[in-house]
Amino acid sequence: MAASSRAQVLRLYRALLRESQRFSGYNYRTYAIRRIRDAFRENKNIKDSEKIEELVNKAKANLEVIRRQAT
Amino acid sequence: MLLWRRLAGLGSGRAPRRLRTAPGQAQTQTQTQPQAEGPGPGRTGDGDGALRPLYMDVQATTPLDPRVLDSMLPYLTAYYGNPHSRTHAYGWESEAAMEKARRQVADLIGADSREIIFTSGATESNNMAIKGVARFYKSRKKHIITTQTEHKCVLDSCRSLETEGFRITYLPVKNNGLIDLKELEAAFQPDTSLVSVMTVNNEIGVKQPIHDIGEICRERKVFFHTDAAQAIGKIPMDVNDMKIDLMSISGHKIYGPKGVGALYVRRRPRVRLEPLQSGGGQERGLRSGTVPTPLAVGLGAACEVAQQEMEYDHKRVSQLAERLVTKIMSEVPDVVMNGDREHRYPGCINLSFAYVEGESLLMALKDVALSSGSACTSASLEPSYVLRAIGTDEDLAHSSIRFGIGRFTTEEEVDYTVQKCIQHVKRLREMSPLWEMVQDGIDLKSIKWTQH
Repeated sequence: MAASSRAQVLRLYRALLRESQRFSGYNYRTYAIRRIRDAFRENKNIKDSEKIEELVNKAKANLEVIRRQAT
Repeated sequence: MLLWRRLAGLGSGRAPRRLRTAPGQAQTQTQTQPQAEGPGPGRTGDGDGALRPLYMDVQATTPLDPRVLDSMLPYLTAYYGNPHSRTHAYGWESEAAMEKARRQVADLIGADSREIIFTSGATESNNMAIKGVARFYKSRKKHIITTQTEHKCVLDSCRSLETEGFRITYLPVKNNGLIDLKELEAAFQPDTSLVSVMTVNNEIGVKQPIHDIGEICRERKVFFHTDAAQAIGKIPMDVNDMKIDLMSISGHKIYGPKGVGALYVRRRPRVRLEPLQSGGGQERGLRSGTVPTPLAVGLGAACEVAQQEMEYDHKRVSQLAERLVTKIMSEVPDVVMNGDREHRYPGCINLSFAYVEGESLLMALKDVALSSGSACTSASLEPSYVLRAIGTDEDLAHSSIRFGIGRFTTEEEVDYTVQKCIQHVKRLREMSPLWEMVQDGIDLKSIKWTQH
């Protein structure tokens, strides 16, 4: 499934980190970056493709939130 | 007077630098930043680019989580209907959002969504719970038990009930801030209608034995109300497990919006309340008035985020708190932590620095936003009643500072606060004649101060 490929996940990760840099508030910016890093690190060994898809969708939703809110 | 946010100066080298230059490049959109932000101390998020103090006062209020704001915005712009309008889509969609938020709040505490009433905040919830229950059962029950360390709104509600003819027992607390369960059991009378004990204290952070109190109250068939404003979303709360009948929730303590809160009112066995606010019968007749959909949605989202992040946040806050306390106490002697060391929420640390005046330390730490007591009593110069209740000496009570660590607090902020705190405490002590006398071995209690 292309949707949950390693490359896709890494693309998402980089996109999330990049968008988070746009937070102008110090606390929001550092939290977003830290939380993203820790969340991806925590889930890096998950093998169940359903769970992976669920997490990827959650990450996409969060990416949209950061895109809208980071100013 | 410029207030500093020192990121670069804390020697973390590479990482902060990368954070700062990247946004500088991404900032191609027109933002009027009058000074060059570049590699200097970080930007802040307010339009004029001024530097602001570090925020270490999360017990007073918390910043809005971006995820919460994101969920609220549609209801402030497009979906602005009144949730009680039954005849059109604006009302229906607003009501759906309000009900979803109600479910999110209920899920956090293990309740049913029909048991959640939206209010304007924990103060209103406390007033509703205490006055409502007392007045409903006043024909047969006229006694209420509470503690001396409760929030002002609880104490004041009880005071106003006293003028209506109720009897109130204000339980004292031990030196560690916890109530004595034996004293609680002894305080019950045949006509006790309500026991109100807050879960986590906002000034000293102690966690009361809610499980045990719930048991005791259930045995005696007395309603148990807890002000959980500081505990919700930070420690696991279950109203059935803890046998809680009424619970107050505050939005702006859990990274939600200000101006909203909730009251949990148990349905089985049913708790009856006399409503404070009369009107169109909204919120099951207990709290009339239009429910502010955007605020309710924000509260719901904050509760959901808190439930997901609870473990992660708790672990981080504990680590940072440990770091702060250990560093300060290892560098500076004669520092007392107010409140029990074990039974506490780690993110609320109240330290008393002997021989240093609290207000002067707060003013010296001008680039850190701190408090020396609760916000609602900080206008008066009296030391906090909570510290007095736990038996702190007058002089130590005057020198107390409350450090708050939350979801967004960084390690650098903690380190900076610790460094400044140590530096200023040492400096203020150097200037203090009391400190000089203590260094010379004089026992301050033995001094006879003369009048001039």
